[in-house]
This record gives sequence, C-alpha cells and structure tokens, in this order.
Amino acid sequence: MKSLAELAAIREKMKDKVVLREGSGEIRVVVGMATCGIAAGARPVLNAFVEGVSNAGLAEKVTVSQTGCIGVCQYEPVVEIFEADKEKVTYIKMTPEKAAEVIEKHLKGGKVISEYTISNAIS
Amino acid sequence: MKELSLNVLDVAMNSVKARAENILIKLIEADGRLTLIIEDDGCGMSEETVKNVMNPFYTTRTTRSVGMGVPLLKLAAEQTGGGITIASVSEKDNPEKHGTTVTAEFYMNHFDFTPVGDMVSTVTTLIQGSPHIEWRFEHITDKGSVELDTRELREILGDVPLDNYEVIKWIEGYLREGYESIE
Ligand SMILES: Nc1ncnc2c1ncn2[C@@H]1O[C@H](COP(=O)(O)OP(=O)(O)OP(=O)(O)O)[C@@H](O)[C@H]1O
Ligand code: FES
Ligand SMILES: [Mg+2]
Repeated sequence: MKSLAELAAIREKMKDKVVLREGSGEIRVVVGMATCGIAAGARPVLNAFVEGVSNAGLAEKVTVSQTGCIGVCQYEPVVEIFEADKEKVTYIKMTPEKAAEVIEKHLKGGKVISEYTISNAIS
Repeated sequence: MKELSLNVLDVAMNSVKARAENILIKLIEADGRLTLIIEDDGCGMSEETVKNVMNPFYTTRTTRSVGMGVPLLKLAAEQTGGGITIASVSEKDNPEKHGTTVTAEFYMNHFDFTPVGDMVSTVTTLIQGSPHIEWRFEHITDKGSVELDTRELREILGDVPLDNYEVIKWIEGYLREGYESIE
C-alpha cells in the first residue's frame, strides 16, 4: 500500500531542489480543457504532457498548465505552446501519441511539427 | 462524454472557475443508484443563472448564452431515469457563506448509464491544474471506499506543491491501489 512515508520522502528530496527550480517555465504548454476539449480527449493529452515532460527531464524548463476555452472547438483537443521571443504555436487534434512527438521534436529538439499545427489546417 | 468521470472533470472545472478554495467530489453507489455530489465554496450563482444553466434553450432577452457542461451532465443523469439539482448561494447575496452544490443521480442498471470510468485520472488532472485548491474526494461503494484529502497531504508535504510530478504520481498510485482494494 502506498504510504504517507513516501510523501515525506518526496518532501525530503525536494528540500535541496528548491533553488534549482528557479528560472523554470521558459516554455509554457497550455492544454484547452473546456467542455469541448474534455469531450474530445484533452484529459489523456494533458496527462501525456505532464508525464512526458517530466520523463524527458524537461521539468525545469517546461511548465504544463490547463486553460478553458481556446475558441476553436472543431480542432480540439488543442494545445498551445508559448516561448519567449517566439510566436505562439497551436497544435490541434492532439492525441497522447502526438504529444510524445511534440515533446521529443519541439520541446526537446526545438523544431515545430508544422503538420500538426492550426496554420497547416487553415492554409 | 464517454465516461462520467469526464463530466465530473468538466463540472468541477466550473467550481475552479468560480474561484472556489475548497471543492468536494463525492460518489456514493448504493442499491443500484449512483449519487454524485460536487460542492464548492466559489462565487455561486443567482437563481436566474441556475435556471439558465439547467436549460440551455431557456431564453429571455437578458439571457447570455450558456455553456454545455451542466446540460451534458443533466442529460447523462436523465437518460438513466435520474436527474440533477443545483443549489447555489451567490457571493453577492451572502458574502460570508456562498457556493454551489451540484447533485446528480443515476440509475446504474439502466441501459443508458454511462460507466464512471477513470476517476483517478480526473482527480489527478484537477489537482495538477489547481494545486492551490483544497480537494476532497470520496467514492463510496458497498465494497468500501476510496478517499483523498489534499489538506492531509499538504501537512506532510510542507512547501512542496501538489502539482510536483512525483506528488501527482503518488496520488495516482494511492488512488489506484484504493480502487483495487474495493474491486
Ligand atoms: N460551480 C459553479 N459556480 C458558479 N457558477 C457556475 C458553477 N457551475 C456553473 N456555473 C455557471 O454556469 C455557467 C454554465 O456552466 P456550464 O458548465 O454549463 O458551461 P461552460 O461550458 O462551463 O461554459 P463557461 O465556459 O461559460 O463556464 C458557467 O459559465 C457559470 O457562469
Ligand atoms: S467551447 Fe470549444 S473551444 Fe471553446
Ligand atoms: Mg463547464
């Protein structure tokens, strides 16, 4: 059974890390979680980002957060990526698989996967 | 929605948007009935808004367009022969004690009952998205119960935020084990 002692251990481990976390959030991943997003599958997409970012060792650099309506129901699940000095990238019709790819190529590799973006769907 | 747990996620988001500090999510299964309660101490709604929220097609000239979240939950409950009620006190009417309670009743043996699905994912998603809120979760069945209270976790965690990945993973594991024990 998972014990509260494990939580205490996490606290101990984090004590030394607090300083390291400064400067976090250079890149923001925002997942649309309005009714339409949730219905279209935003929950597993969000969780894929939360898990994938941590597993890729990007937690210091990337924050994953949730928002409500992004305003493009027909393209849900929608994920926006904000980075200082760069244009916002909007990925549409996301899946956990695509999320893994975005983490690898975009968040880690710095290359936008234009095929999955909204600009690709519109043009 | 494919699972009721997705409706729960969606409707609990309304409580988050209402700037609640405490949110309770409770599921009680007994005698073939599932009662879902989502209770918050957020800004609440006026009677007029409650009426509009329950019926998206209710229109007067003063009506703003309302969303689909509550109507979808209502539909999911009504299609099993159950229904929903909303009790709300707005902050304007009572600055001391305000908030909203959404209660939905489902008949689980009805052909159109949507399975509860992955409540663990819903709870971890809510905590990850709003780690500053105090969440209380209870799922009671005739085989036992699964419970979580972020207040208790915070006591142990001190400064470590609830959206810390390892904490989220711990919560997930804790809840999954809880569900295994009442399977
Ligand atoms: N717990 C709550 N506390 C306060 N207001 C609520 C609550 N739940 C619903 N409401 C009100 O009812 C409206 C409709 O809720 P519903 O979930 O049906 O739509 P929605 O898709 O969330 O739309 P919106 O993005 O406008 O919230 C909300 O916009 C809000 O004004
Ligand atoms: S309601 Fe669908 S994106 Fe806003
Ligand atoms: Mg809603």
